[in-house]
Amino acid sequence: MARTEKKVDAVIVGLGWTGSVMGMELTDAGLDVVALERGPDRRTVPTFAYPKIADELRYAVRYDLMQRPADSTVTIRHHAGQTALPYRRLGCFLPGAGVGGAGVHWNGLCWRPNAEELRLKSYITERFGTGLMPEDMTVQDFGVTYEELEPYFDRFEKIVGVSGKAGNIGGRIEEGGNPFEAPRSSEYPMPPLEQTYDGLIFEKAARDLGYHPFPKPAANASQAYTNPYGMQLGPCNYCGFCERYGCLNYSKSSPQTCVLDALYQRQNFSYRPNAAVLRVELAADGKTATGVTYADAHGEEVFQPADLVLLCAFQLNNVHLMLVSGIGKPYDPSSGEGTVGRNYAYQMTGETTLFFKDIAFNPFVGAGASGMAIADLGLSRMDFAKNGFIGGGYPSSQQTNGQPIHNLPLPEGTPRWGASWKKAAGDHYGHSATIVLQSSNMPYRDCYLDLDPTYKDRYGRPLMRMTFDWRENELKQAAFFKDKIAEIGRAMGADSLTAAYPSGHFDTRPYQSTHTVGGAVMGADPGTSALNRYLQSWDVHNVFVPGANAFPQNFEYNPTGLVGALTLWAARAIRQDYLPNPGPLG
Amino acid sequence: MKTLLTGICLVLLAAPALGQDDDVSAGRYIAQLGDCAACHTAPGGKPFAGGLAIDSPFGTIYTTNITPDPVHGIGSYSLEDFDKAVRRGIRKDGANLYPAMPYTSYAKVSDDDIKVLYEYFMKGVGPVPVAAPSSDLKFPFNIRFGLEGWDIVNRPAIGFSPPFDDDRLNRGAYIVEGLGHCGACHSPRDLMQAQEGYDASSDTFLTGGQLGVWAVPDLRGPASAPQAWSAEELVDYLTTGRNTYTAATGEMGLVVERSMQHATPEDIDAIVAYLKAIGTPPKQADDALAKTDETTAMLTAAQPDMPLGARLYLDNCGACHLVDGRGAPRVIPSLIGNSAVLAEEPGGLIAVMLNGAQMPSTRKSPGALAMPGFGDRLSDAEVAALASFVRAGWTNDAGAVDQETVRRVRGQL
Repeated sequence: MARTEKKVDAVIVGLGWTGSVMGMELTDAGLDVVALERGPDRRTVPTFAYPKIADELRYAVRYDLMQRPADSTVTIRHHAGQTALPYRRLGCFLPGAGVGGAGVHWNGLCWRPNAEELRLKSYITERFGTGLMPEDMTVQDFGVTYEELEPYFDRFEKIVGVSGKAGNIGGRIEEGGNPFEAPRSSEYPMPPLEQTYDGLIFEKAARDLGYHPFPKPAANASQAYTNPYGMQLGPCNYCGFCERYGCLNYSKSSPQTCVLDALYQRQNFSYRPNAAVLRVELAADGKTATGVTYADAHGEEVFQPADLVLLCAFQLNNVHLMLVSGIGKPYDPSSGEGTVGRNYAYQMTGETTLFFKDIAFNPFVGAGASGMAIADLGLSRMDFAKNGFIGGGYPSSQQTNGQPIHNLPLPEGTPRWGASWKKAAGDHYGHSATIVLQSSNMPYRDCYLDLDPTYKDRYGRPLMRMTFDWRENELKQAAFFKDKIAEIGRAMGADSLTAAYPSGHFDTRPYQSTHTVGGAVMGADPGTSALNRYLQSWDVHNVFVPGANAFPQNFEYNPTGLVGALTLWAARAIRQDYLPNPGPLG
Repeated sequence: MKTLLTGICLVLLAAPALGQDDDVSAGRYIAQLGDCAACHTAPGGKPFAGGLAIDSPFGTIYTTNITPDPVHGIGSYSLEDFDKAVRRGIRKDGANLYPAMPYTSYAKVSDDDIKVLYEYFMKGVGPVPVAAPSSDLKFPFNIRFGLEGWDIVNRPAIGFSPPFDDDRLNRGAYIVEGLGHCGACHSPRDLMQAQEGYDASSDTFLTGGQLGVWAVPDLRGPASAPQAWSAEELVDYLTTGRNTYTAATGEMGLVVERSMQHATPEDIDAIVAYLKAIGTPPKQADDALAKTDETTAMLTAAQPDMPLGARLYLDNCGACHLVDGRGAPRVIPSLIGNSAVLAEEPGGLIAVMLNGAQMPSTRKSPGALAMPGFGDRLSDAEVAALASFVRAGWTNDAGAVDQETVRRVRGQL
């Protein structure tokens, strides 16, 4: 028999970016809020304290801040004819766990999508007709427009503290920014980060090729900054310990640096770490949630009653919780019916390493989100009919760190060990630059999430099963960008290039991206979306599910900016419309 | 969903908790300005239930329960009893209070403020029926009647005579000298542990004291913060625990968090105006920029043969305080001209290096920004070399620190 906690107005599942921002919004509205976080508590000091956090083996190789597969994982297969196997060893994506979530270990790239990407199905149909899309491609509109979300992008960028250069303020094109971005209402809160040398030569080469390079929008502070909550960031020192680490000097935006101390002050907020939510409990009629049941640090089951349930966990965990709780109808790929698990998508990435005998890049100087990008090959600029694929991407320079265990690129053909490897390591360490690609991934009828029939987690719940593989559309896209990026690399003067792009089946072993999206998508049609345009479950009206699970397909940019804007958008709907009159939002 | 809405109403109604009338809320403000909670609320304890241990040269003093519980608190106190305790240091049963209670400063508190403070403690604070531990003092200090003699010598007169022709300055004096009892830490103490001076007519008042290993900064000299900083920077420091140059930690952090951040803007302005008025203005700053550049250049060049202190700085401090030693405004304190770095008695600097420090979380600046401790990583000799380096680096010119001092401070933490 589960112990029962005192009832609260709202329970938040997961205390990362969405949970902490939602916490601020709902406590502002006067609600009594408790957040449940499955992982441990984390604060800059002591968890990210210098110098212990700068430990490559512990954090970047052994993934100390990540979800442990033994606690929670998914099973993966390429197609429905296979038996899925558990993702037992982290590789291609790295979900976070613990207070701050993946907002602790990200690099800090904070983009907005293009306006077209939020209404992609309509855009493709209007521009290219109905015949272009493969029959099994299930592209959809988000059900919310860029114009509606603009104030929330703006607010989220100010909360997070983004360093960058606007390219389009209210329709006016700004020198030095991204000229192809959708109109913004204001400049970024901080000027761009400094560029490392690779960024400078990327910029020149890109410009010479006719592209329009600009600094990437970075949630790494370029100067001291105070956000609307009064929280503060200190200037980045380019130490390079961003991705997979917590920031040691308050420079990288995270729930810890941008939100949590402000939230912890509030009398109507509390949080419990080491509280793994197992399921959302539903009322007898299945139309409302009564709260959530979680396992505490000792494994004891605890029922937390609440009038409002916010699923603010990582995308995969949000979908899993919906499936195990019976919220909405599970997706069935054979009939196309059901919505929970539908439209799973990933992110297509690749990278080209450029070797330069005569340039020492000092790779230990870097920041997670510094670098120059081009948006000339973005989804909204592409002729899908001519290219033969639907999608777009952004190539960019990236010098995040010079950590030798996991970041010592060597030319193709170098032996993997022994004296020749050592010699090559000596010759090439610090003499390479990288151009990375991040590009879109379209959804397909048989790329989806459901409950695994074979494997269970430590609490006896079925694991969630991911059925996913690359499609011809995406592989063409990878080949297209591989060529374009090689052109830039050669223009930068590289002596040799090594390219790594997906070319066959989805490979779960090498790290690619933690931008795993969809599965509980938002939309205007309850037949094809699990959530309405306010991220509210169509089926259980007091459950809201902010996160990348809401993306019907993955656009080319990093997801956090959109996740944050959608969270603030949903919070406004909850405060303004739902609380005065609880029920399905129109 | 009805319950949800009820919840909202309850939260809204719950805000003014116990007492509601004007005197109680006025009294709450006086209690904040007087920072009663600093001593009478133990860490993690119930408000005003006492039990905080204060180490004094005479032994350990435990603060008392001042909730309105009739047995363990002050519930049976009349206004007169309360007044005698606060302003004269005499308990209801006639025994003298230990002078850890700053009644010598509170002597200046007005009758009106005492009255509303009493109302607050009787009606605005919840009774806690738990006895605070009794103090454990060495002979002869455990004999309370001995304190009468102390009092006869040291107690200032009751009441406040406005020293200025200016209302704002007088308000500042009233808070700093009286209610705020700033002198309790910021003034030196004599051999009898009595505060040296209770107002600005005394040359020693607010010229710095000693609290454990910490040197408490002088607030009146030409290099003191009230003279060196602008009024805006002083306001920022007092209300958020941080400003362009530095940050509050330890006891001062608590003063900001529990007391100063709640002061009205008018009262903060009065405090700042008063502190500026009672000090010696700085001489024109001499241009020591060349020396700044020298240290910065050495750290930037990072030659392997640089002195140990500089190397330790780069390895441990430079990531945040940067090679120019200036850190970042309101986030990373500057080490240049910093009173904790330059104090003649370097215990505070050593304590921060060993154990770290944390800013208070305030309403305006909620981030409890923290520096980690390096005590598990640096030996006494290394801390001494590093402390000596920062005390003499850039334009700093304080004396070297020896290993023995570090060993002693480490032992005291």
